[in-house]
Amino acid sequence: MDHRTHRAAYRIEGRSAAPGIALAPLVRLAPVKHDARQYRSAAEEHQALVDALAASQADLISLAHEAGDVEAEAILAFQIALVEDDNLTAPALASIAGGEVANRAWSAAIDSEIASYDGASDPYFRARASDLRDLRDRVLRHLSGEVDQTVPAGVIVAADDMAPSTFLATDWRDGGLVLRRGSPSSHVAILARSRGVPMIVGIEVDQLEDGTDALLDGDAGLLIVDPDADMRTSYCQRRAEQSEARQAFASFSGPALTATGEPVRVMINVTGLAELRDIDPAHVDGIGLMRTEFLFQGRERLPTEEEQYEIYKRMLEWAAGRPVTIRTLDAGGDKPIAGLTQPGDINPFLGVRGVRLSLRHLDVFRAQLRALARAAVAGNLKVMIPMVTVPDELDRCRTLLEQAVEDLRREGGEAQMPPLGMMVEVPAAALTIEDFHADFFSIGSNDLIQYVAAASRDEPQLADLARPSRAVFSLIGHVVSYANRSGREASLCGDLAGDPAQIAALLDQGLRSFSVAPGALRPVKAAIARYSGPAA
Amino acid sequence: MLMRHEVGLHARPSVKLTKLAKAFESRIDLGLSPEGPWVDAKSIVKVMATKAPKDSTIYFRAEGADAKAALAALVTLVDGDFQDGP
Repeated sequence: MDHRTHRAAYRIEGRSAAPGIALAPLVRLAPVKHDARQYRSAAEEHQALVDALAASQADLISLAHEAGDVEAEAILAFQIALVEDDNLTAPALASIAGGEVANRAWSAAIDSEIASYDGASDPYFRARASDLRDLRDRVLRHLSGEVDQTVPAGVIVAADDMAPSTFLATDWRDGGLVLRRGSPSSHVAILARSRGVPMIVGIEVDQLEDGTDALLDGDAGLLIVDPDADMRTSYCQRRAEQSEARQAFASFSGPALTATGEPVRVMINVTGLAELRDIDPAHVDGIGLMRTEFLFQGRERLPTEEEQYEIYKRMLEWAAGRPVTIRTLDAGGDKPIAGLTQPGDINPFLGVRGVRLSLRHLDVFRAQLRALARAAVAGNLKVMIPMVTVPDELDRCRTLLEQAVEDLRREGGEAQMPPLGMMVEVPAAALTIEDFHADFFSIGSNDLIQYVAAASRDEPQLADLARPSRAVFSLIGHVVSYANRSGREASLCGDLAGDPAQIAALLDQGLRSFSVAPGALRPVKAAIARYSGPAA
Repeated sequence: MLMRHEVGLHARPSVKLTKLAKAFESRIDLGLSPEGPWVDAKSIVKVMATKAPKDSTIYFRAEGADAKAALAALVTLVDGDFQDGP
């Protein structure tokens, strides 16, 4: 079939968020339109809602059959029970009898339930509001005749924005992601890089047509719609080259050394066990950052101490004696967790996030610290606290962790006090680093850069400001030099470490430990091997 | 009829409880105190709206031909911490 006959290929420039290329049909994910419906008659509105409820029920039942895991089945069973409950649907039908249009009647009925969950004091019940929203939107989609929003596999998804939990629930093999909003340092982009999903941001997705083939070039930040035969051929060549590069990566082992033979530690950032499947622990110097937010997201309930312990222990077993740095829950900012983080925070990046949130939800924090204290027995665990601003926060965390160890031992269990360190991402902490009783430091460059420049990493227009500056490097140098003087380890786990172009500048600052997305291991090790000392 | 329970009336136990209640013809109410207020134990919306935390005490009352059997079944469910619901 000749693709050049009917329509010319056209290019749309965006910004690269995750490298790699994909050739697949485009699928638009549209936000729900709440008022898309024209009023007909009371009888027709009634029938429309009854049909939409029945269709939603059928969707949910078939999803539950396919779910295959207990957690997802339970979430769906709850929604099925809701959609079958007259107490939810009767007020909507009554309001339709009074002359209301079906979608507004349904929204009003379920929104009052959602409001009651949003206002609950128990975090578990507060988190259920998201289940009701999910059901509300599903019924609204049926009312407006829109298709279901489950993301198909093997396509290039184009959307305004995407929640990290949606990203995690999607099969991205041979696919890619194109967003209008977000930025290369948003959370979805971090996930996309770590899982090798090509992604670009800053694309006007409204102009894209569903089902059209497109070539997503994540390296160049380019989307080519309706690529012609030549472009397709060159795509196939590049895919072949990339798969060769991946094989070369697979054999890239051993410690990283600079050109002068100085060893540099290169560790990886991960979010869960799934990513470790394809990585040989022999190729890395440990896990420099394990994010635990994803254990908490998109779930019916918060993970128990036992569940967390199992996951942490398996990470340590995988690492086989290499260090594993687990960061305590870093929710808030761009990582909301239903029922835990504050909804409607005006300025979430300056709000209750990271350790600030943990110290305000001690039940949740204690369960995590207990799981960590138990896991510490199984390997070389280090515990890291995010968003530390003043020394007192870290001191309180240390007391809580010591308490957890003591409690566990008194209960007759095994526990151990792991080294306790901090993320350095708040400028106040970086400037007064000598005041903190930390066993190690890990510089979180993504947040440090946006806080130093007072420029959001999610604002495409400010991308120039949200780049590493001399101010940022000066703070990094200050932290590294104090760490080296005082015999503590300092590493850097932000995206800056994964950028081969920045490696020399970071090594110039005295940094000898990096933690990067698994996909960046090879280019970063190569950049280290080229380094022969500070430029004269 | 009253029962303590370990988990709280979360979504999963509430779904089991309402499903079981619907299997009986009797009118079945649920409350968090012996004086009520009472809600329809067959409605997930109402049962979840009680937002019963863990270790709270649940009261049941039933009226109808199979009321006794209904209460026995519900107590068994709550007693077994919702392990073996239908």
